[in-house]
Amino acid sequence: MPMSVLLVIAAGTFAFRFAGPLLRDRITLPDRVKEVMSAAATVLLVALVATAALTSNRHFAGWALPIGVAVGGLAAWRKAPFIVVVVIAAATTAGLRLFGVN
Amino acid sequence: MRSIWRTLDSVLLRDVTAVALGAAVNGASFGAISVASGLPWWMPVVMSVLIFAGGAQFMIVGIMAAGGSPVAAIVGGLVLNARHLPFGLAVGDVLGKSWISRVVGSHLMIDESVAFAMNQSDPRKAKAAYWACGVSLFVSWNVGVTAGALVGQAIGDPMAFGLDAAFPAALLALTLPALKDRKTRQAAIGGAAIALVATPYLPPGLPVLLALAGLVVFRTKEVQPCP
Repeated sequence: MPMSVLLVIAAGTFAFRFAGPLLRDRITLPDRVKEVMSAAATVLLVALVATAALTSNRHFAGWALPIGVAVGGLAAWRKAPFIVVVVIAAATTAGLRLFGVN
Repeated sequence: MRSIWRTLDSVLLRDVTAVALGAAVNGASFGAISVASGLPWWMPVVMSVLIFAGGAQFMIVGIMAAGGSPVAAIVGGLVLNARHLPFGLAVGDVLGKSWISRVVGSHLMIDESVAFAMNQSDPRKAKAAYWACGVSLFVSWNVGVTAGALVGQAIGDPMAFGLDAAFPAALLALTLPALKDRKTRQAAIGGAAIALVATPYLPPGLPVLLALAGLVVFRTKEVQPCP
């Protein structure tokens, strides 16, 4: 892979990352817009959760992965410590795969 | 900077450590996969330091390994990383005001550091959480990638450990408190549905951006009940 490809992607990614904080500084945003922007980040993160939990290579990821994430989500909802959430999600998925569930 | 570390409580530190360990193992698998697909060992390492976005890195190597064009890799990587623009609009304040902290802080902007910052209600804590997560993951991800690239195939399949479930579960746990707000919850559920429906038809990254259409629920003004 040519190094120039890496550099272009790195520069473009940094531009995306840098643009937000910079724009935020230049313009004073009304509270309502701030509220929507904060919601936008949550919407993006939840969409990432949904696609990462249910799909793999643009297809259904199989049952082991979403069940593990759901068990972790349930633990989080029941106020389990964060580390427990992460470990229980991974362990559930790994366990299901061990028993042949995909 | 020292005040940031003092603001960190042990719970936050423990949570960040958990995510960082997961990133290290995922990074190792990225390094191993890159070398296995024919890249020299230093290429995934340079990539991880300069791009620092796991999803995009896996995709770029995948495209190149499948004989895809450099243009496809560039477009794919940038589309996948475009979500950092709205992320920055949302959490831009936690980076600090000086140029150096903005430049460094922007580079540390990843899904996890944004989620950790959003998870805190107090701005000081949000700043501490953002930096602690960003710095820890930058170190652990890059150490993992380097180890994986050098040791290569000695690392097993991270899927067998269920590590692919750890990332969405961690993000979900961090996002749950924000979902208590009814409108945010409606927007997030609608957006996630849109992203899922679009996933089979669109290149990676675009479906997640399309989820922003869920924000349409914020169009109607609502009489706020007394908090």
